[in-house]
Amino acid sequence: MKFHTRRPIALAAIILTASAALTACGSDDGGDSGSDSSSDGGGELSMTMLPKNLGNPYFDTSTAGAEAAAEDLGAEIEEVGPETASPDAQVSYINTVAQQGKDALILSANDPEALCDAIDEARSADVKVITFDADTNPDCRDLFINQATAEGIAAKQLELISDQIGGKGEIAILSAAANATNQNAWIDMMEKELADNPDYADIELVDTVYGDDDDQKSFDQTEALLQNHPDLKGIISPTTVGIAAAARYLSDSSSKGKVALTGLGTPNQMREYVENGTVESFALWNPSDLGALATYAAAALANGDISGEEGDSFEAGDLGEFEVGADGVVLLGEPFTFNADNIGDFDF
Amino acid sequence: MTTTQSPAAPTRTYADYSAPLWRRWLLTRELAVIALTVVVFVYATINVDNFDGPLTVKFLLQDIAPILLIALPMTLIIITGEIDLSVASIMGLSSVLLGVFHDGGMSIPVAAVLALLAGLACGALNGFLIAYVGLPSLAVTIGTLALFRGIAVGLLGTTAITDFTDKWSDLATNTIGESRIPLVMIPFAVLTIAFVVLLHFSTFGRGIYEIGLNDEAAHFTGVNVARTKFILFVLSGVVSAFAGIYFTLRYGSARGDNATGYELQVIAAVLLGGVSIFGGRGRLHGVLAGVVLIGVISSALRLESVTVNVTNIIVGLLLVASVILPSVLAWTSSRLPRKAATPPESSPTPNAASAGV
Repeated sequence: MKFHTRRPIALAAIILTASAALTACGSDDGGDSGSDSSSDGGGELSMTMLPKNLGNPYFDTSTAGAEAAAEDLGAEIEEVGPETASPDAQVSYINTVAQQGKDALILSANDPEALCDAIDEARSADVKVITFDADTNPDCRDLFINQATAEGIAAKQLELISDQIGGKGEIAILSAAANATNQNAWIDMMEKELADNPDYADIELVDTVYGDDDDQKSFDQTEALLQNHPDLKGIISPTTVGIAAAARYLSDSSSKGKVALTGLGTPNQMREYVENGTVESFALWNPSDLGALATYAAAALANGDISGEEGDSFEAGDLGEFEVGADGVVLLGEPFTFNADNIGDFDF
Repeated sequence: MTTTQSPAAPTRTYADYSAPLWRRWLLTRELAVIALTVVVFVYATINVDNFDGPLTVKFLLQDIAPILLIALPMTLIIITGEIDLSVASIMGLSSVLLGVFHDGGMSIPVAAVLALLAGLACGALNGFLIAYVGLPSLAVTIGTLALFRGIAVGLLGTTAITDFTDKWSDLATNTIGESRIPLVMIPFAVLTIAFVVLLHFSTFGRGIYEIGLNDEAAHFTGVNVARTKFILFVLSGVVSAFAGIYFTLRYGSARGDNATGYELQVIAAVLLGGVSIFGGRGRLHGVLAGVVLIGVISSALRLESVTVNVTNIIVGLLLVASVILPSVLAWTSSRLPRKAATPPESSPTPNAASAGV
């Protein structure tokens, strides 16, 4: 039995209005405290950190680094971001930064091209735009903080696997998606290096498989690799999802300790496998340093200390002094090697 | 079921309406949503830093434009008691097609027309399966949601096409003259007028309400149920494709995953705007206010740097409340014997009186 009387609808209307008023009151508190802190700042720099998405431990770490740097600088920084890593969702936040008239925006771009219109609009509102981790087109941002060069990453992973298998034997690569831009660039360089570098003459790359950055698929692909290549000595997985899934497979299999595994991973995911001996060492940059460097660079730009031209140099707290390279790129440095000795120092 | 309102009913023992005219006009769900939107907007203008800035209205309208557009046909579909979950996938597909055709050397207008035709074909597929084969729209459009998205992602993979002619992408991002109103509001206004006439001032529109209330009865009163539903799904496909084209040009990127999840935003706004998910009830002005309300809330909360999760929680609560409250209140008012039992009204739609000329 349905009741289609007017009264409930009218009452619903009133309660809905009231509930909205309450919601609005809720945001009132947040609003007041927010505006207080920014007005207290006066001449302080205000910056916004926009990662690819929220709830990602990697970006949580880079934001923590950025916050520490901001504290050191006496600047104000806040993190905003979409739930899913899509460019259209980031545009709204870039627009918001333009509306707020912040001094700087530090972002990891979900698309190199699509964000440019929004970034241009923000820059014309005097916002300095610094990209980190993932760049946009060089002409639409002020600076890019590069975590590592592709050459550096490829060379580091080969060096690690070569050390671990004694410079000789069959290796395979467990990558992300078949068309993942970064991974493919690194794989190309590794293949070239294997062919050209006499140190790696005895190492043979027998297979490249794709786990699509899906934990289960990467796990299954690892199993298939070991079955198809009984003489396999080592696996390189240049993706954090892949290396963790491969380590999980290896740690429970008879190949544990016989097949070496390295690649790009995060300490929290890999800690268990480093401690139980499945993995000797793996590489990555330090996202915390990356976030901090981006913040120092943003502050230097916003204060007018540097203009972002090639050759400009700025001081980045404990990280030392950095110089702006070609195309407005600042390089964080060599990839960092994590092993049993230092993994306890990291939490991301 | 409409009551015949013939004046020759001298023996009627109850009033024509249970409430006076002003109450029927003012205490409606639609006006509540509009009032709420105005309240939130004014509140945000006063209390949220930078909300009164020059860029707010422009960005706000640009952000909600695709949802405004798709909400128009979605309202009509939900009033018939059906649903179209595939709209965001059609947006994604038209976005990808625009990119692929443009990349293949076609000019943007030609590519856009082809993308619109693809949207029409998608809508026609939905409409055929639902209206003529008689399958439930929930099942059909969940299927095509995956199908169209799959084609879109399959065509482009994870790459993006981003080199759109500036002239055309400027059309999607510029405003009308010196005002803060984006250009996309012009086609939206035209479509709104067309859909308002279609729903509220035409026999086709009366048929839509009748189908929502009881499609068998509608059939017997001469409404072509299948044709009506088919047309609505085709309209939904074309408008979604148009929204996809706008989306592509505005963000300057054609990607397979463009507009993922927009169907939920559209449906949330439609339900918030007072359209009954069971069909037969709802009006367009309420729906448009619902879209604007969600847009204003998320814009204001973004300016306050509230995380997107909190925004989603608030919009979700608002939506659940708006769906549950009428039922709860109907239940409580049925429990409270306030006065002598008034006979329940037989005509639940507010416009039964106005449109039943």
